[in-house]
Amino acid sequence: MELRSKAPAGPLADKWEGYRSDIRLVSPTNKLKHHIIVVGSGLAGASAAASLAELGYTVSCFCFQDSPRRAHSIAAQGGINAAKNYQNDGDSVFRLFYDTIKGGDFRSREVNVYRLAETSLRIIDQCTAQGVPFAREYGGLLANRSFGGVQVARTFYARGQTGQQLLLGAYQALERQVGAGKVRMYPRTEMLDLVVVDGRARGIVVRDLVSGAVGSCAGDAVVLATGGYSNVYYLSTNAKGCNVTAIWRAHRRGAAFANPCFTQIHPTCIPQTGHHQSKLTLMSESLRNDGRIWVPKRKGDTRPPREIQDSERDYFLERLYPSYGNLVPRDLASRRVKEVCDEGRGVGPGGYGVYLDFADAIARLGRHVIAERYGNLFEMYERITAENPFDVPMRIYPAPHYTMGGLWVDYNLMTTIDGLYAIGEANFSDHGANRLGASALMQGLADGYFILPYTIGDYLAQAKLGQVGTDHTAFRQVEREVSERVERLLVARGRTTPDAFHRELGRLMWDKCGMSRNVQGLEEALQKIAALAERFARDLYVGGKGEEFNQTLEHAGRVADFFELAELMCRDALHREESCGSHFREEFQTPEGEAKRDDARFGYVAAWEYAGAGKAPVLNKEPLEFEVVHPAQRSYV
Amino acid sequence: MRLTLHVWRQSGPRDAGRFVRYDVTDVSPDMSFLEMLDVLNQQLLGRQEEPIAFDHDCREGICGACGMVINGRPHGPQHATTTCQLHMRTFPDGAALWLEPWRARAFPVVKDLVVDRSAFDRVIAAGGFITARTGSAPEANSTLVPKRDADLAMDAAACIGCGACVAACPNASAMLFVAAKVSHLGLLPQGQPERATRVVSMVAQMDAEGFGACTNHGECMAACPKEISIDFIARLNRDYLKAVARPKPQAVKANGGDV
Repeated sequence: MELRSKAPAGPLADKWEGYRSDIRLVSPTNKLKHHIIVVGSGLAGASAAASLAELGYTVSCFCFQDSPRRAHSIAAQGGINAAKNYQNDGDSVFRLFYDTIKGGDFRSREVNVYRLAETSLRIIDQCTAQGVPFAREYGGLLANRSFGGVQVARTFYARGQTGQQLLLGAYQALERQVGAGKVRMYPRTEMLDLVVVDGRARGIVVRDLVSGAVGSCAGDAVVLATGGYSNVYYLSTNAKGCNVTAIWRAHRRGAAFANPCFTQIHPTCIPQTGHHQSKLTLMSESLRNDGRIWVPKRKGDTRPPREIQDSERDYFLERLYPSYGNLVPRDLASRRVKEVCDEGRGVGPGGYGVYLDFADAIARLGRHVIAERYGNLFEMYERITAENPFDVPMRIYPAPHYTMGGLWVDYNLMTTIDGLYAIGEANFSDHGANRLGASALMQGLADGYFILPYTIGDYLAQAKLGQVGTDHTAFRQVEREVSERVERLLVARGRTTPDAFHRELGRLMWDKCGMSRNVQGLEEALQKIAALAERFARDLYVGGKGEEFNQTLEHAGRVADFFELAELMCRDALHREESCGSHFREEFQTPEGEAKRDDARFGYVAAWEYAGAGKAPVLNKEPLEFEVVHPAQRSYV
Repeated sequence: MRLTLHVWRQSGPRDAGRFVRYDVTDVSPDMSFLEMLDVLNQQLLGRQEEPIAFDHDCREGICGACGMVINGRPHGPQHATTTCQLHMRTFPDGAALWLEPWRARAFPVVKDLVVDRSAFDRVIAAGGFITARTGSAPEANSTLVPKRDADLAMDAAACIGCGACVAACPNASAMLFVAAKVSHLGLLPQGQPERATRVVSMVAQMDAEGFGACTNHGECMAACPKEISIDFIARLNRDYLKAVARPKPQAVKANGGDV
């Protein structure tokens, strides 16, 4: 497999502009004839579907939820970055680019990250024009806040509901095109496979989740905007429906999967309360602006937090990273939280928690200021824990949140299958080994509004695609395979539910391929996953029929794909004998306990190629070349 | 905790439906309401019985997917709380709970507690947007928006589209949902050019979907998990009257373009 990034030549700052002016265009009359399939309706999918339809393409958009407005982008709380420099604090496109590539521990493609930083400026303009009610100052100008891993205030926000407001903006733009007849929307419809004809992506096979019918959709290009795979850990901050199936099925059809082991564990989530737990809830990173993280200095100190004097507390992030303090990047914060808890200094039931304390901020700014900034987050915390953060410090613990890995894409966002694109969290491109806060919304919208709509034209203009409809034999064949797979899940008739298998797999991945990894653990995980997958095939119980609304069956199909992904994640983590960003191999660390990169051996993107069932995947490498930045050990001290 | 559940079971739109009783034991007060249903569903699967279908996704109270009527109240007894954020500590040990789907002509039942809310999407498609082509936007700070207006717009924009307002209304009216969108966009300077056509088009679509009329009961506001105020309904009515009092008022094409 050849990995051609198609990164354009020229000075970094001029590359995208030059490239955009150079690529082929599709004439307005020809655009009408092209049918593009978009899978997923989150920030990336909805913005892409709306923008493509505005350009004149015919678009079909699919989502498994009952409405495109429910995609998980809606749950993003904190904000979206843009290098507007409205605060006059020295921000610039270059600085956003540099922070992002450094935050990713120098494991992302330089040209893509620069383009992302450049595009950030237009996203804020676009969203404001759509009516996104961003926070404002009294003079009517847009307000900003700070986020982790940076020293400027460049994050735009809409209370604690930024993702919701940005998604509703994109959703409304999408619905405008639905009303105009330019987009056909298919809610409650799940993509279960990709159809490749003559080496090109020409359609998808889907299951109607209400009737259970398996059917197809044919088109000239397929765009996957199906999000990340944190739910491989079972407990994560993702919505319950988030899954890897669409990109995993594309991987099995020939799309390389890049850096699957780069998974972000977010430091500030509400700790687990019991074995019934179905998901974990994130508390926005923006809370680290005003909250101070601490644990007791003494092990096993179970006194109530207010009885522990300041001198008896360890504000460990402020102690270890004086210049960034509580605002260090997520991977560092998570690891340090785990460390103090493993030392026995954790708080709350089970000792898996640290305090996030607002007492100082309330004393300094007043209760009303804190209420305005974080009111809805405090309420959410109280609903879940029955504790009021105005009176007692929050308790937080890390949880899986985002996956930097995903389908490998070139500069055009095209995967290794011609005509198949991956955008948003579903691709691997911009965040390297660790994503900075408020950058996921930025990337989803950059891909969907401002990059894919241009680059897809370059392919369609020269592809010379023949007529392929759903009556083509390739569609019949894939439909048959999908139906057989669904049938296999139903006939097992064992005793264990998909949910029970999913929990077991998740626990294993969290223990062995979570916040820190080592060779023994990963090898053990590979064996256990194989044994668990074998038991899954034998002892699964789903019940009901395929031709009906069957939520257990939906879950079973997703868990089956998580098993295969889990194996690839462990293989990737095992082969990468270095620590970088979120990927912390215990064998490779500095004396201070920081990640120790090995640029000479691992300064590449690991793009795994599917080699067939039961065969070891093939590793392909895209070397990372840095023309402008010089990879150094990240320092936030 | 022990609970007695009476759950509405309906295999599909054509089935008449009925309440079925389930006794649930080993419920922890720290569980969310949906986690309690997860436990019951796992038990049902263990007995090879059909689990209860219900919509849910984020379980953080923001996606708007979940929702059921619990003892006659949409999203249950706790104020400003979605079903997924409701915790079992809200209920006494031994409580009897009656669970039903949203009931409204415009929300047909799909299965058990799952309803079809696509009518909301069609109301948005009719006019619930600002026409701003990708790429044509001016510099964001070139238009000032008074903080008070932005904050009020945000209050309205907080709607999660769950449909509790419709379920709570004796007329199954969608006025609060429509008013929230009309107000959010109408409060901002960017939303002014389409303000009149938007309200007329959205109200026309709301009527076409079979939602009832508003008779000011206020149940919608009491049930809304995001505390959206019926002040916005007054705002909608003002905008609507102003729009139709203009010369030649008419609904526009679904895409918001010229007729």
